[in-house]
Amino acid sequence: MGRYLARRLLYAIPVLLATTFLIHALVFVLPGDPIQGLAGDRPVPPSVLAELHHRYHLDDPLFLQYAKYVRGLLGGDLGRTFTGEPVADALVGRWQVTLRLGLTAWFLEAVLGVGLGLWAALRRDGPADKAVLAGTTLVVAVPVYILGYLAQLVLGVRLGWFPVSGVEAGWPASYLLPGLVLASFGVGYVARLTRSSLLENLRSDYVRTASAKGLSRRRVVVRHTLRNSLIPVTTFLGVELGSLLAGAVVTEYIFNLPGIGQQVFQAIQLHEGPTVVGITTVLVLVFCLANLAVDILYGVLDPRIRHD
Amino acid sequence: MTLLALALPAAALAGCARGAADDQRDVPAVPGGAYSVALTEPDHLTPGRTTSSYALQVLEGLFDTPVTLDPHDGHPVPLAARSVQTDDQRVWTLSLRPDTSFHNGERVTARSFAAAWDAAAYGPGGWDANSYFAQIEGYDDLNPTDGHAPATRHLSGLTVLDDTTLRVTLKAPFSQFPMLLAFPAFAPLPQAAFADPEGFDLHPIGNGPFEMDGGWQRHQRIDLRRATGYTGSRPPMADAVHFRIFTSKDTAFTELRAGHIDFVTNVPAARAYEAKRTFGRHYSVQPSGTMDYLGLPLWDQRYADPRVRRAISMAIDRKGITRAIYNEVFTPADSLVGATIPGHRAGACGETCSYQPARARELLRQAGGFSGTLELYFANSDPTYLQWMTAVANELRQNLDIRDIAFRTMSGADLAPLLSGHKATGPYRQNWVADYPSEQNYLAGLLGHGNRTGWRNPGFDEQLALGDAAATAEQSIACYHRAEDLALQDLPLIPLWNWQDQTAWSGRVGNILLDPYVAGLHLEQVTVRH
Repeated sequence: MGRYLARRLLYAIPVLLATTFLIHALVFVLPGDPIQGLAGDRPVPPSVLAELHHRYHLDDPLFLQYAKYVRGLLGGDLGRTFTGEPVADALVGRWQVTLRLGLTAWFLEAVLGVGLGLWAALRRDGPADKAVLAGTTLVVAVPVYILGYLAQLVLGVRLGWFPVSGVEAGWPASYLLPGLVLASFGVGYVARLTRSSLLENLRSDYVRTASAKGLSRRRVVVRHTLRNSLIPVTTFLGVELGSLLAGAVVTEYIFNLPGIGQQVFQAIQLHEGPTVVGITTVLVLVFCLANLAVDILYGVLDPRIRHD
Repeated sequence: MTLLALALPAAALAGCARGAADDQRDVPAVPGGAYSVALTEPDHLTPGRTTSSYALQVLEGLFDTPVTLDPHDGHPVPLAARSVQTDDQRVWTLSLRPDTSFHNGERVTARSFAAAWDAAAYGPGGWDANSYFAQIEGYDDLNPTDGHAPATRHLSGLTVLDDTTLRVTLKAPFSQFPMLLAFPAFAPLPQAAFADPEGFDLHPIGNGPFEMDGGWQRHQRIDLRRATGYTGSRPPMADAVHFRIFTSKDTAFTELRAGHIDFVTNVPAARAYEAKRTFGRHYSVQPSGTMDYLGLPLWDQRYADPRVRRAISMAIDRKGITRAIYNEVFTPADSLVGATIPGHRAGACGETCSYQPARARELLRQAGGFSGTLELYFANSDPTYLQWMTAVANELRQNLDIRDIAFRTMSGADLAPLLSGHKATGPYRQNWVADYPSEQNYLAGLLGHGNRTGWRNPGFDEQLALGDAAATAEQSIACYHRAEDLALQDLPLIPLWNWQDQTAWSGRVGNILLDPYVAGLHLEQVTVRH
């Protein structure tokens, strides 16, 4: 297990180098001049233009730019955004917001999704099952921004149950509503996945055997069926953690959360190389670790799966 | 989730909002209280480092510039200066108010101004407002174009005569100079700004009616409180102003409806009717100095004939577009300068800017028609650009029978070098935000030396120079009018529409003074019900 872990972690290094280089190259080949773009319709004096090009290494060729970036990275310097804020500082502040939002959404997905799926599967074809099926179809089908504005208007403005936007009320108050909106698609998906997987396993031979032995229904469902049925759900939730962190752009915009999603959107628009690469690096790391955690969890859920 | 699903039908019925907006009583004009303003994240809070209107709104409270602009007609009024005088429009003497100080107690002297202007004009500093100092003697030494570092850090045109007197020598006479002095980049800076520039940018120390209350919390909030030692001419009514930073203007407006903030100074045009309905007399629409134009690439032979350019202008139904896309919040333009500018002549553009499809088609026929693809260039930073460009394209198709029209849409970073390098091969979106309320700002900025359209006209340059050297405002305006007429005759740039500012506020605040010039919302005037 230790060797397996070490090997998987070492794999992450070339993945990280390759991704950062790729993103760097992609930002580099974008045509246009980010500094002139910043100024809008006003011409920038040549002296200022030259200085800013030099400051952000925009006048260097691609490989030199990348080498300078990696050298800075090794010294703990992620560069600066175009407003002069160190990228590292920006990332720390913003990751806290996105991480809180992502984990809240992820937690809601796991608890609500598995709970609703379980509830529906155990009451197959009953009104509860039909309600879950209809509800999940709806939330999976409605685009996030419509759901977001609706939730904001109804639960925030009209009823006043939640803050409308911002993070000033802290966790969890500020994060519940955007977390729910962000999780809506996942909740629907996880509930349906849990339901069908559970229904399939409830019909299998070993479940019938367990029931025949006289085990309580609770024990049969929780220990014998649910554990098996959660393997596809775990895979989904593992990948989903990464997607939640990366995909919060719309939710953060609607709810005015100063997180990574907002920043990556702005940074791409402004051609802000260091910021885009910095965010991507952390995202790749999260994806690598989430995948590793999923693989390890398989062994816990199904003892037949071994890592060595 | 079920909760949300149930809430769906209820939302469709959601009419007007609860909250403070319903309070239509007058706000008593007593000092004290705090109010909040929705803001977009500024880029910097050091005056010379920014030209962004969001930053300027905060700096309006933090700094007193040498002069300010009258909110009604834009004429310069002394603020940190007692007077600004000249005999020849070239050498200007600023006498400053004595015994004023920064928020940290440091005295404001002529040196505080000179140091700030030197820093902003120094090219290698890379400060945003650098070009505002281009008229001062010595600017070129601080901004060499040959790639070498400047030999000096000081503008040779600045002379500190004593603590309260600053002499400014310009490269050439420039009668509009006092207006420039109302721009925040001309505010003084204390020593602290140079000792720790990055720290200062997060916690600026100014000489204005408000001071920072804690640092700038990026992407979240900026808090100002009444400055205790302020002795200037605009003491604030409220005790504190809280700026809350939003990325989405729609979300800011929703927060205003919920009663959580007091001002939204950028109500999205799409929500104009809703704002009017919801906020009634707590909603104002007023002309701004910002304009949109269609620029023409004069280096492309197809656009070289002025008749072609006039035909394009006459084929555009400005009124129809501003109504359909901007809910009548924008107004059709009939001049090259904004409607809020002293000297603005309504209808200066004449029939060239009116919608006359038949005449347009006739003009184009006379000029020999149009061949090839007509490409329209614009940035993708706002979805309404595509909407109005589509409308323009349809009108050119319909009215001029130009069948082959293509959009060249890209990010601002891609578009800017294409335009400044004269590589665009079709009409482009040009926008201008006035820095100071003078016709000169539009004409020189848009059509002066090295402009994007490639237009050159010695008569135009001559009239601008005459206006810059004139001794009275009337004389300069007359010269600028002649210059504008020359430009409108040739039409390298087609005026489209004037922007207007939409502001909505809650029932908690009163005495709202908004101006279309640099200051925006006059923070110190606002009174609060408390």
